[in-house]
Amino acid sequence: MSLEQEVELIRQFPIFSKIQPAKQKLLCFSSERLTFEAGQVMFRAGDVGDACYIVIEGRVEITVETPKGPLVVNTLGRNEIIGEIAIFGDVPRTASATATTRLETLKISKELFHSVIRENPDAALELIRILASRLANTTAQLIKTRTSN
Amino acid sequence: MERGLFGFILRYSKREQWMIVPLVVASMLILFASLDLPKTIVNEPIQGKRFPNPDSTVAFLRIAPTLPDFLGGQQVLFEGFALERAPYLVALSLTFLALIIVSGLLKLKINTMKGWMGERMLRRLRYTLFDHILRFPLPHFRRVKSAEMATMIKDEVEPLGGFIGEAIISPLFLGGQALTALFFILYQHIYLGIIAFFMVIVQAVVIPRMRRRLLVLTKERQIAARQLAGRIAECVDGVVEIHAHDTSNYERAEISARLGKMFLIRFELFQRKFMIKFLNNFLSQVAPFLFYLVGGYLAIAGRLDIGTLVAVIAAYKDLPSPVKELIDWDQQRMDVQIKYTQVVEQFTTDDITKPEIQQIIDMPELPRQGDVRASNLTLLDESGNKVLDGVSFEFDLAEHVAIVGHAGGGGSEMAQVLSRLVPPSSGTVEMGGIDITRAPEAVTGRAIGYVGATAYLFPVSVRENLLYGLKHRPVLESSYEGESLSKRETELRESAKAGNSIHDIRAEWIDYEAAGVSGSEEMEGRILEVLRVVDLEEAIFEVGLRSSVRAGQGPGLAESVLRARDTMRARLDMPGIKELVERFDLARFNRNATLAENLLFGTPVGKTFDVDNLARNPYVRKVLDESGLSGDLLKVGHKLAETMLELFSDLPPGHELFERFSFIQHDDLPHVKEILAQVADVGLDRIQEADRNTLLALPFKLISARHRLGLIDEALEARILEARRLFARNLPEELRTAIEFFDPTKFIGAASLQDNILFGKIATGQAESNARVGRVMREVLDELKLRPLVVTIGLDYQVGTGGARLPVADRQRIAIARAILKRPAVLVFDQAAAVLDLASKKRLLDNVLACRKGCGVYWVLNRPGLAERFGRVLVMEKGRLVERGKFAELRESGGALQKLLTA
Repeated sequence: MSLEQEVELIRQFPIFSKIQPAKQKLLCFSSERLTFEAGQVMFRAGDVGDACYIVIEGRVEITVETPKGPLVVNTLGRNEIIGEIAIFGDVPRTASATATTRLETLKISKELFHSVIRENPDAALELIRILASRLANTTAQLIKTRTSN
Repeated sequence: MERGLFGFILRYSKREQWMIVPLVVASMLILFASLDLPKTIVNEPIQGKRFPNPDSTVAFLRIAPTLPDFLGGQQVLFEGFALERAPYLVALSLTFLALIIVSGLLKLKINTMKGWMGERMLRRLRYTLFDHILRFPLPHFRRVKSAEMATMIKDEVEPLGGFIGEAIISPLFLGGQALTALFFILYQHIYLGIIAFFMVIVQAVVIPRMRRRLLVLTKERQIAARQLAGRIAECVDGVVEIHAHDTSNYERAEISARLGKMFLIRFELFQRKFMIKFLNNFLSQVAPFLFYLVGGYLAIAGRLDIGTLVAVIAAYKDLPSPVKELIDWDQQRMDVQIKYTQVVEQFTTDDITKPEIQQIIDMPELPRQGDVRASNLTLLDESGNKVLDGVSFEFDLAEHVAIVGHAGGGGSEMAQVLSRLVPPSSGTVEMGGIDITRAPEAVTGRAIGYVGATAYLFPVSVRENLLYGLKHRPVLESSYEGESLSKRETELRESAKAGNSIHDIRAEWIDYEAAGVSGSEEMEGRILEVLRVVDLEEAIFEVGLRSSVRAGQGPGLAESVLRARDTMRARLDMPGIKELVERFDLARFNRNATLAENLLFGTPVGKTFDVDNLARNPYVRKVLDESGLSGDLLKVGHKLAETMLELFSDLPPGHELFERFSFIQHDDLPHVKEILAQVADVGLDRIQEADRNTLLALPFKLISARHRLGLIDEALEARILEARRLFARNLPEELRTAIEFFDPTKFIGAASLQDNILFGKIATGQAESNARVGRVMREVLDELKLRPLVVTIGLDYQVGTGGARLPVADRQRIAIARAILKRPAVLVFDQAAAVLDLASKKRLLDNVLACRKGCGVYWVLNRPGLAERFGRVLVMEKGRLVERGKFAELRESGGALQKLLTA
């Protein structure tokens, strides 16, 4: 897959869709195409987050460690983004990510992602929107857990 | 050192100076003769005084000395040759010529001897100064600046060498010359003599008076220049602070003020110098005026013959210049004396180490067993405070002792006194019955291994730094034969005459025996052991992998590497890692290599085929043209330029993406933009040669797999392969050394060890490919037992100034290894591992203590908790030893250690 195809791909992400075409291209050019084998760990909870990944092809399992062993909290696939929390807060990875199939990704480094957000208010707004909706989601889950207890 | 310059000169060069004196006297006699002869030439053959008749003859070279009467009056020893007037003129003129030649040769000889002597004395002076630096007590270095010391030895004493040659001979020679001429003139005619004498007196009295101010200025200039050197060095050392505090303009103003001061000094100097020059010239030229006037009048009056007048004027010509030079000499003398005194002052200190302390001792008696006994150690700092106060303890020599306490508690001072780097103000340290405070360095430097908190590495290889602690004395003299022997003998003679060290730097200085090995080969094994102790083996191994080595380095190196390459290939054929490395294959385009690598299919040696020069290289251009690739590459370059412009043109300069990803520097973007506009105007084929080169140069760094620009399709790949073949086939003889081709059976000297073993490129796009390939390579090297070889190569790594090419922690590790390698009776470490992180520090402590089992260790620790590993603990507080004993006992005793531990 060439650069042009990658540009097509990231255009589908709300965060990147509003930035100028030249910048989308720059983002792809400066990013790394990275392939993981099935079963290969992308990162572990507690690692320092230095990049996020966009899934081009394949599936990823997100797990957290619990006293009873690893718990799958999410499964992600094509056109989804992984690991963006750790590169914005100065917090380590909150969960582990493992490729369950052969996995093609676009690895966007922390510095690159930061510079895109810094220069594109629309992208920043979009990011805030995503994070806000996740927060709402988590809060709702928390309430559910509390009341069921 | 002698306080005065002449004391120094007389002490060390009296004999040589005396040897020149006879030559000077001889040259005076010849001078007198050569002054006298013109008179005879003018009066006798020219004016015909002794030739009354056309056929009269005169005896030439008649020797008839007039002896006192009791010896028989005049004796005719040689009748001489009877010559007529013209031959007599020729004979006399030739004699004059001979005198000139002899006097010239004498001067040459005298000058050579002066120069020789001067250089020898300069060598001695420089050596003595350096010797003093080596003997300064350590606290003295807080007061001196290294740059100033270096300029003093290097530049400031330089003129001394020139002067020392002149110091005694010149006044003798010039004074003799002037006196001879003066005496000659006086002897010819008393009036003319008085004129000449008067002129000389004026010159000799007035000029030196005017020069006094010059001396003051010279001294000021010298001090200002030295301070400037010191200040510049300070700025260089403190450059981080300058940037961090935005004080660069303050520093500019500071230096500007200094330069301004120097300018004024120098300007006044020049003004005065030129004034003096003018006066000097005037004085020396006004005398001939008087001679013409007075002498001419005397000649007209018939009271002086013409020959004498001519001779007097000729003699006077020789008078002002020696006088002037004599005055110059005197000026130089004062100047140089000031310099000498100043330099010597800087190098004089009362508590300089006695030379005996540093004398070479082949087999000094070293402490083997017994105790380390400190009695009543007290150390005063410069302002008289007690930094160590009555410290006494006694431990077995083999004991491991931790010294803990708050910063400034006296631990560091304790370490320095224990290793005798600083002698105590009172009290003694004994080790195995030897008084360390009085022992020569031959004992302390071998029996004690000291490492401070920031150890210094010399800018040589890692290995040489490690071996540095074993170079106490020449262990094995080099052998010389034939020509080199006589050369060595001359060297030795000269060294001895200049009072320099007579030890041969080319001898074997490394004391293998002291390290417990038999020779250099066994030493490599020992170094590996010590590297493991200090946890440095892995780092040096990495360095070794990244180093490029010549095939001849080490026996069987190339073969071993090729073996590793083959094993590596077999290993990489296994499924799962196969796609991690794309190997070099003559018949295939390597998508993980740059276009340049694909074209050359080799590693450039030197600059000829460097990737930045490829587009301009005539042979490369020829190959591109012949294979029809030029047009394609130009198109690719054009596309690439467009893409780069699109991607990067509105990024600010210095943006990190530029540095990392752009093919075009920010400054070059406008230029490339212009070229693209040109292309749009006239078409790609008709742009200028220089622009064409710029575009053509771009694609060479392109890596298809990584950059994913889709600019190199399969057809183009095939044509590049064709060009690759063409390049190799037609490569002219003289360019063969500029490249080493990738050949699976050949070692590539220009590439790193890692690249040699890999023989390919790690594929981009595979997660963790670097780490995984690295692991495989390590396995292979371990299996083939090549790890030590790689470490050995890593040991050749040059550490840079002060070890700057290594991380600080590794520098400390090397310093610790250096101390361990020489197997001292006692290791004294002053926070030697303080820069390491806690985990590494613990590991290092454990390793070092394990390897020093049964041998003494004194370690000043800034973390009291680490003292648990030691047999004994000393707790220092404000210079006093407040607690000692076993860690386990002191921990619970409620004393100082417990307080430290809980603090």
